Amino acid sequence: MPMSQGNSQDEPRAKTRFGYHRHADQSRLGADIAIHPVVVVGAGPVGLSLAIDLAQRGQPVLLLDDADRIGEGSRAICFSKRSLEFWDRLGVGQRMVDKGVVWQVGKIFHGASLLYQFDLLPEQGHKRPAFINLQQFYAEAYLVDRVGELPAISLRWRNKVVGLERRNDHVVLSIETPEGPYRIGASYVVACDGARSTLRQMVGAEFAGQVFEDQFLIADVKMTAEFPTERWFWFDPPFHAGRSALLHKQPDDVWRIDLQLDRDADPVAERQPENVRPRIARMLGHDHFDFEWISLYKFQCRRMASFLHGRVIFAGDAAHQVSPFGARGANSGLEDAENLGWKLDRVLRRTSPETLLESYNTERSQAADENIRESTRSTDFMAPNSPCEARLRKVVLSLAKETEFGKRMVNGGRLSVPSIYQTPLSTADCEDWRGGPRPGASMVDAPISKPGGEASYLTDAFVDAGRGFALVAFADGEAIDLPEEVAMIPIGSAGLSDAAGLLAARYDARPGTAYLLRPDGYVAARFRHPTRSAIEAALLRASGNN
Amino acid sequence: MALVTRSKFERPDDAFRAIVEAHRGLSEEASADLDAALVLILANHIGDIDVLREAIELARRRMVEARQQQQQQQQQQQ
Repeated sequence: MPMSQGNSQDEPRAKTRFGYHRHADQSRLGADIAIHPVVVVGAGPVGLSLAIDLAQRGQPVLLLDDADRIGEGSRAICFSKRSLEFWDRLGVGQRMVDKGVVWQVGKIFHGASLLYQFDLLPEQGHKRPAFINLQQFYAEAYLVDRVGELPAISLRWRNKVVGLERRNDHVVLSIETPEGPYRIGASYVVACDGARSTLRQMVGAEFAGQVFEDQFLIADVKMTAEFPTERWFWFDPPFHAGRSALLHKQPDDVWRIDLQLDRDADPVAERQPENVRPRIARMLGHDHFDFEWISLYKFQCRRMASFLHGRVIFAGDAAHQVSPFGARGANSGLEDAENLGWKLDRVLRRTSPETLLESYNTERSQAADENIRESTRSTDFMAPNSPCEARLRKVVLSLAKETEFGKRMVNGGRLSVPSIYQTPLSTADCEDWRGGPRPGASMVDAPISKPGGEASYLTDAFVDAGRGFALVAFADGEAIDLPEEVAMIPIGSAGLSDAAGLLAARYDARPGTAYLLRPDGYVAARFRHPTRSAIEAALLRASGNN
Repeated sequence: MALVTRSKFERPDDAFRAIVEAHRGLSEEASADLDAALVLILANHIGDIDVLREAIELARRRMVEARQQQQQQQQQQQ
């Protein structure tokens, strides 16, 4: 999280302040404490999304937050296709997209001239765009609204965790409220309490990594402008010589501007609106704007060695932190939540052993390492560490003007894409595949039509199938004998129609092909001609029961 | 070994000369820029990360040997 300096001139147009309410748990004294199956600490995007996912799976969730309001400032603004698909499963995706600014094209400038541009979703036929930009406070407000529709979630504001004791089969949390302290027990605690996680300190975990010296200034400015809805990144722009700059559109005529500052810039002075204004005016070529938010930040790339500490599980910024270039912070936290929700649900129901949670650590550690690697490389390219690195960057930028390989080496941020997990939950391919998402990869969307002819998408069919394990099966006339807990998504014959053939093409499908999807929409296994025993074996493996 | 170190130029002197002449008249700064550009262009032409890594390793060994030589000379002078 950046060091935020509130400067908001407009209240965001969504409910962001919430009241403290006393709960009956607070009246229970001594050893007679309330025991909850799962307590989520931190009502940010990750904690809220995880609570909703668990509640939709039938788990009662206690969600605690030490504040009574949603943080101000736009903060995380880029939400990925993968995050939107997760939010679709939580029932909030459409509201996010309706409010958000849809974009998929990025442009990289060097000096005053366009170096190259990229399209993050060049093909048609996906329900969700590559990215939307949306102020974090809107995302949180919509998630809080959704929480309000789910009686299984008890969301308690101004409940600050101040103590944690790990017992054999549960965790005891001490909580401070405006009316004094109380204690609760939890079978599992998920810490989604951000980069400065107090729970991380309470379990005594290290949070080691690389600190970057460069300072960046974020300014949200309100203005009406005719820039296209694209991500614009400059190396050495005329308005900010020798540094980098980023421009992004948000809803409500707000524009996010990131400016790289000198390493030795004075943070207090740089944040003053009267000092920020001339910089932005030079960039925009005019002075007709108002500040919504100004923040100055340095960043770190670091992670916990393990995201599991017994019955205390870490997710989001509490577990790993990256630089902001690449939209890998909030999006990777949301991927943590979608990865953990179904596993924790199964462990609590005892349909999977507790060891299934180790796959959360395995899979999300791989993703964290990838995100840290990518964002560190981007940061090093933007802010070279030595004269030699600066020279290589200068040469790459000059080669990019006339060569394709040079363009591809220019690193103005590599934007978040889902990781492909090397995981014990996957069943290795044993047949011939020429394409399609391999086991460990996330499902790829494609257009389909429902039996009545209504246009839809595979991601919708997955939601309709019940958010559990599902088999996407391309009909070949043979009936498939499915294990009871696997839902069927039949393609062709009497099922969903793949009239355009895009679904079959994206899945390298022939008649008989079937993909077993995990409850988080990742591919567990795929078959040319599935048998019940092969599906059962893959299901046992994917649920940690083998 | 994927990296080829057997001599491939029919006339190695021509290759060496071409690189020498490319640097002629350049300041040290410009010369270093030229080398950096050449490295990137040739690395992409090779297009094989394993070969590139082996080449880097071979090149870096020179740095180690040069440093050891320097240390030996200093010790002898003392």
